[in-house]
Amino acid sequence: MAMRITCPSCGPRSIEEWVYGEIPIVPDAITDPDERDVDRAFFHDNTEGDVTEAWFHLYGCRRWTTLTRHTG
Amino acid sequence: MNEFWEAKVKLQWAEPAKSYDVVIIGGGGHGLATAYYLATRHGITNVAVLEKGYIGGGNSGRNTTVIRSNYGIPEAVRFYERSVELYQGLEDETDRWIMHAAKGLFWLSHTEANRRAELARAAVNQAFGVKTEFVEPDEIARQVPGINMNPGGQFPITGATYHHGGATARHDRVNWALAEGAMRLGIDVIPGTEVTGMIFDGAKVVGVRTSRGDIAAGTVVSNAGGNVTQIADMAKVRLPIRTHPLQAFVTNHYETTFDPIVFSADLGFYISQTTRGEMLAGAHIDPQPSFSRRSQQVFMSEIAGRIVALFPFMSKLRVLRQWAGICDMSPDYSPIMGFTPTEGFLVNTGWGTWGFKAIPASGEGMAQLIATGTAPPLIAPFTLERFAGDRALADRGSAGTH
Repeated sequence: MAMRITCPSCGPRSIEEWVYGEIPIVPDAITDPDERDVDRAFFHDNTEGDVTEAWFHLYGCRRWTTLTRHTG
Repeated sequence: MNEFWEAKVKLQWAEPAKSYDVVIIGGGGHGLATAYYLATRHGITNVAVLEKGYIGGGNSGRNTTVIRSNYGIPEAVRFYERSVELYQGLEDETDRWIMHAAKGLFWLSHTEANRRAELARAAVNQAFGVKTEFVEPDEIARQVPGINMNPGGQFPITGATYHHGGATARHDRVNWALAEGAMRLGIDVIPGTEVTGMIFDGAKVVGVRTSRGDIAAGTVVSNAGGNVTQIADMAKVRLPIRTHPLQAFVTNHYETTFDPIVFSADLGFYISQTTRGEMLAGAHIDPQPSFSRRSQQVFMSEIAGRIVALFPFMSKLRVLRQWAGICDMSPDYSPIMGFTPTEGFLVNTGWGTWGFKAIPASGEGMAQLIATGTAPPLIAPFTLERFAGDRALADRGSAGTH
């Protein structure tokens, strides 16, 4: 069973129609602007659990949607 | 034959002691190799290897066993060539049969751009003494059995590099040989022991908390695969890692010998034949991060279609086993080895989809780093600081299919 994502305009669609997009979250503890840029470019929370992320419905309505997915 | 050789391997799991000079987190190939080279090259044997599950049960038992050094940047070519050499000598050194098989490897190009990329790869490899040569399509048709030179018209074969050093080895036997070699010299290998936290003295890591009690350590090294971000979190280290699953499968027995390993980056898969005669295929990582080791039908149908386009004989075979491993993907597709901002805590990670081939060289390099406090030249470029220092080692085109 392929994973499905529910699109606000198209309804539930197979994951093959979608492109994944990370929402980078720089920790508040990093205050130096240069270090924040490095963190945004390279570093990840890489959470095992619920993650909020952006998905682009490329082979559909071509709109972004945000959703929460469990990565376990 | 199998029973005879396996009966010779003597694995004796240890109980955790209260304190060690070095605690290695992760009992896969990289962790065991680090222990093995600490003992054999540096005489450091007061070492524990802690493994959450069973030895070699993570990515060391889930990879597709390819050994090669046909990388695209000087740092990587040198490093992986050292690993190819160490693998060639590992059977003699450990007196164990790891089923090392020299096969040779074709890395196909299907476009004019990738033909130029392969010409460049051959030049970089040759400059560092690695035998990789560019071959024209007519030569590929002669050397690769059963290949369809114009699959569907969409991906004509425009050339390839042939890497003489391409080889495979049996991954479980590599783990066992290294574990046994380390144990023989007194290193404790401890499966079924999960690290749950770090013990700090001020800002310095001085030990680990485990499911079987606290263990003090002079140095803690993470060789964890998959869950390295969670281990590093315990040591207050943030990593540039994203974890993606990679799926692979083997077919039933194919009665014709298929000698080489064949990569097609454009079609996103690679195949080789195991010593049992199965055709082994790996593909790209899932595009979204996940810690799941589930296999997916959508993956199977998509990748099977691509493989059959290039190798029509594969349509007669059936999938026997399918599995997934979870890969620590680094931003520049190069590994991360060495010190971290937290004193007393080292990492050996970022092995993505290219970890198995690097087992001996990373173990040798990390052992020297731990023993001497200085990174040897072969692993020195692969630091965690390189991202902030604008010294990323971008080599995506050599990471295989991903």
